[in-house]
Amino acid sequence: MIVYILRRLGAGLVLVFIVTAITFFLTHAANIPVANNILGAGATQDQVAALNAKLGLDQPIIEQYINWLVGVLHGDLGISYFTSEPVASGIAARLPVTLSVVVVSLIFTLVLSVILGVAAASKRGPLDVVLQGIATLSFIFPAILLGIILVYVFAITLQIVPAVGYTSLAESPSGWFASIILPAIVLSIAGIASLAAQIRGSLIDELGRDYVRTLRSRGISDMSILLKHALRNASGPAFTTFSLLFISLFGSALFIEKIFALPGFGTYAYQATIQGDLPVMLGVTLFSVLLVVIVNLIVDLVSGWLNPKVRVS
Amino acid sequence: MTTTEIDNIAAVSAPEKKRSGVIRRLLKKPLGLISLIVLIVIVLLGVFAQFFSAHDATFTSLQVVNAPPGTPGYILGADQNGRDIWARILVSINVSVISGLIGAGVATLVGTLFGLLAGYVGKKTDAITSWTFNLLMTFPALVLVLVLSPVTGGAYQATMFIFGLFLAPSTYRLVRNLVVGVKNELYVDAARVSGLSNRRILSRHVLYVVRGPIIISVSFLATAAIGIQSGLAFLGVGSTLTPSFGSMTSDAFINVYSYPLQLVWPSVVQALLTSALILLGNAYRDALTDAERPTRAERRAAASAAATRTRMVRARTAGAPDVSSARSLLTVRNLSVGYAQTDGVLKSVVDGVSLDVAPGEIVGLVGESGSGKTQTAFSILGLLPPEAQVEADVLTIAGDSLVAKDSRELRKMRGSVIAYIPQEPMSNLDPSFTIGSQLVEGLMAGMSRKEAKATILQLLARVGIADPERTFASYPHQISGGMAQRVLIAGAVASRPKLLIADEPTTALDVTIQAEILDLLRDLQGELGMGVLLVTHNFGVVADLCDRVVVMRNGQVVETGKVRAIFHEPAHEYTQQLIASILDENTVRTDPAPHSDMRELEETK
Repeated sequence: MIVYILRRLGAGLVLVFIVTAITFFLTHAANIPVANNILGAGATQDQVAALNAKLGLDQPIIEQYINWLVGVLHGDLGISYFTSEPVASGIAARLPVTLSVVVVSLIFTLVLSVILGVAAASKRGPLDVVLQGIATLSFIFPAILLGIILVYVFAITLQIVPAVGYTSLAESPSGWFASIILPAIVLSIAGIASLAAQIRGSLIDELGRDYVRTLRSRGISDMSILLKHALRNASGPAFTTFSLLFISLFGSALFIEKIFALPGFGTYAYQATIQGDLPVMLGVTLFSVLLVVIVNLIVDLVSGWLNPKVRVS
Repeated sequence: MTTTEIDNIAAVSAPEKKRSGVIRRLLKKPLGLISLIVLIVIVLLGVFAQFFSAHDATFTSLQVVNAPPGTPGYILGADQNGRDIWARILVSINVSVISGLIGAGVATLVGTLFGLLAGYVGKKTDAITSWTFNLLMTFPALVLVLVLSPVTGGAYQATMFIFGLFLAPSTYRLVRNLVVGVKNELYVDAARVSGLSNRRILSRHVLYVVRGPIIISVSFLATAAIGIQSGLAFLGVGSTLTPSFGSMTSDAFINVYSYPLQLVWPSVVQALLTSALILLGNAYRDALTDAERPTRAERRAAASAAATRTRMVRARTAGAPDVSSARSLLTVRNLSVGYAQTDGVLKSVVDGVSLDVAPGEIVGLVGESGSGKTQTAFSILGLLPPEAQVEADVLTIAGDSLVAKDSRELRKMRGSVIAYIPQEPMSNLDPSFTIGSQLVEGLMAGMSRKEAKATILQLLARVGIADPERTFASYPHQISGGMAQRVLIAGAVASRPKLLIADEPTTALDVTIQAEILDLLRDLQGELGMGVLLVTHNFGVVADLCDRVVVMRNGQVVETGKVRAIFHEPAHEYTQQLIASILDENTVRTDPAPHSDMRELEETK
């Protein structure tokens, strides 16, 4: 088991290495006028050259990469060109914001899609139509617009929650929840329909299996068969979808943050991208891929645990 | 918000069979036609933007800053920089359409190409490409698209190209799975035998099948690409000079509380564009599946035929005489089972079957596969799917009529009076629960958990399991097929049923174990005094175990009688054939695989 986890982590680190290397070379070869961005339009050539030398941007790209890599291996992600804030602490400050929204949104998605999926699998007919309708609507309706409408109704008109900003969980749990509930709802919309459809499909497959008939032959109630036996067996494939959902929600969160002015990972990444803040861009990439690797590993371990064949042996 | 949804959508789309008329069907659907018209109108507005607007999209005029809709020359008003909103919308259409085309185009080309290769060429190619695309799917695509956007100098086309690569895995998986499915079908084998080259097989057969689902997925891919482009522009990534729905939304967002209408226009047009795309995709999928499904008139006929359908058994005639004798345990008179076909015609699989089982009697229900014997058994158990239409004059177990009982009452009978042993032991145990927990569950209605556990442990020992405690705590995959069948027998007799229905209980087992299981059944039957209805295709088993036999063919009973009598003087020709098929065998207990007379012959050699 430990060997398996280590092997998976090893493969994950290779992935992190490859993706960050590609990002490094692409962004450094793109000739983003970093020094000009920092110094402003009026900078002289000498000033630009001096700054480039100071930042190490005048060195050969391979050398720059090795410097960066050595730094990363020592836990040093570099310093933002623009704010002089270490990238590591910048990420540490912003990741919790985005993860809060994503995790709460995942919980919404999971609860609602299980309810919808189970209902649709056991009733079929009209609920199927409703589910399809939700799926189509969630695809069409711009999430950005939904976000703006929610802010307008709940934050401006009803004033139930703050319109913008983030309160940390440690500071005030209720304030934390109020500050992320709207973004989490907006983020959930796209995932609910797709996960519900997945659960519905797997459940219908399971309900057609032999063991279901045998359980029924022993007089076991339809409720127990649906919610205990079929749902448990259907949870494997649904869980895999769930992990892909995490990745896509994490990506979508980048857009949602702007509407709610959340100081999250997306805002950080966006700022860095606009300015050409190379160390931050790389740090963001590194952490995103790391996060994906970790989530995938956790999902694999949980799906293994859900499947007795894997768990016991 | 991309891959999983497309997977679901693709799963719904059946491979097309009759393509002819799909386009016509699509245009006949109001939704399809309207979506297509809306889409064409929007695209044309974008293409001929300069003819429809009075100003250039980037022309600014301080006089019209935030002008309301209806201002002369500014139909939808002007934005905070005094630019014509209508003109900007028209140009934005082009940006969206091109984004959709690039994103969906790249994803479809790359995904289809590698999907075809992976599905068709060979295992190694498949393994490598599947690994790569699975990896690509787990990339944090949006972060990378965002971070890499400066690399391309802010051109949204290049960003969409990269995003298209990240979308490719969904198309890849769709195509690969379809191709693998088609490849395993007979007609491609036939094509290969007839000497068609690989390339021609790919293009003629495989592409033919994958075309429909690909077209459907394109509409979703394009929508995803349009959404992401608009999202990136909303963030402010990319060239600020190109007007797009995202940048318009972003501009309007700043003034949303003073000029909310400015936000509405780009959102509405973008929603129109994407909904037209999605609904067109949906309509096309419906048109494809409709080509396989019956027409509405046929469906209506089917619906009316099935109007009274219910899982419970219906009495055929009101006040049918109750002919069940007092000493009969199971009485079946004139039982019919039918399924409504897609064309509305009821297909009968059991037709007027009558049979009796006395208490303590073992009755064999014999016939080849498709003779309706299993359907008969399941209708007695009330375990047929809801689509089945079951009718009977009399269906009585231990004096209790099943006719017109609701599902709740039937379930109670299944837990106590009547029990079932399936054919395939492994697939009839829930793989996610321990053997103990699933057996105990069936007993929980009548006793405490502790009592139920004690009963099950005792029974496991009784059915010949060496270490009951250990088997109790095991998962189904940890025990052998023979043990699993013993477990299922224990589960069936746990409630002390009066009637046991065994459906080919030994067919899936090794020959050596078959005899043991039959012995076990005989012993248990004697101990518990159960009546047994033994469904089998094998006269050897009948001769070994049964008192009487009912022979079925094509859904009807052809002969009934004492086993000895029927063996000596089979009246019906079909019975004679069935008996003849075992007479060559050395032992009557050999129980070959079902529906294979050929294999039966081979095994006796």
